[in-house]
Amino acid sequence: MVLNSIEKLLEKYNNGETSLKEEAQLRAYFTGDNVADHLAHYKPLFQFFSSAQEEQYTKDVPLKTTKTIRLYQWISVAAVTVLMLGLMIPNIMGPTAEEKREAELAYNKTMEALNLLSIGMNEGKQQLGALSMVGENLDQGIESASMLGEFTKTKNRIFKNK
Amino acid sequence: MKQADFVNIVMPFKDKVFRLAKRLLVSREEAEDATQEILLKLWKNKEKIEDYKNVEAFSMTMTKNFCLDRLKSKQAQNLKIVHSNYTDSSASLQRQVEVGDSLNWVSKIIEDLPEQQKIIVQLRDIEQYDFAEISKMLEMNETAIRVALSRARKTIRQKLTNTHNYGVK
Repeated sequence: MVLNSIEKLLEKYNNGETSLKEEAQLRAYFTGDNVADHLAHYKPLFQFFSSAQEEQYTKDVPLKTTKTIRLYQWISVAAVTVLMLGLMIPNIMGPTAEEKREAELAYNKTMEALNLLSIGMNEGKQQLGALSMVGENLDQGIESASMLGEFTKTKNRIFKNK
Repeated sequence: MKQADFVNIVMPFKDKVFRLAKRLLVSREEAEDATQEILLKLWKNKEKIEDYKNVEAFSMTMTKNFCLDRLKSKQAQNLKIVHSNYTDSSASLQRQVEVGDSLNWVSKIIEDLPEQQKIIVQLRDIEQYDFAEISKMLEMNETAIRVALSRARKTIRQKLTNTHNYGVK
């Protein structure tokens, strides 16, 4: 009776028509001890199915958040820091308020000295004006001297005619 | 989603992923690598996991595709495979004759099945998924799955009967 139903189940099994429940029955039968001789060749099959089911994956999987993304994050942080430093360093290292004041003072002093110099130059120029007046008088002198020359010319003519 | 939540989701089926990978890739190391790859992929997409209706079925589909890709690229990248198949089968045949381990025989028979049938046998007979789930995982209709399963089971029966008879003689 049991054997009969098992044979029927096997037939269905080979046609791919058994339900999971019926397959469980078959498995139970063939992994048991009372397997009929003429069905003995099915035994290793169902034993194999049961044993294959027990194989396990034992390796550990390293579950870490991906490293590359982290690297990129750090690169962006570094870039921002460099940018900030670039903006800050001239402010920090540049002249302080005191230095600026000193520089302004020095500039004003130089300007004063230069002004003085230019005043002196103008005075010198006025003196030069006096010199030019001397030159003018000299020219007038030379002109009157040329008039003297004219006089001698006429005088010579007169003396030649005699 | 934290690591603990993820592990809770993944724990129940990580062995199934591994077994399917091993059924297809045969070598234990390769199957371990594949499983790790699949789990890492899931972990990377952990934000989306909550949206999937059935993470397990989705993972099994992923595993299937991943392993088939692996096999394809392996076959494409070296010709040696023909040769190594050659020596491998004779070596294991010898071993089987020597040891007479019937479970190894079954495993060998399943190894010789076409990939599609291998996957279906793995999912149905070993992992005991129902047909609706398998059809979702493989994107096949149930009738096609039943037909392929029936073919696979008959091939296995045929070969088992043969070896059994040899054994008796």
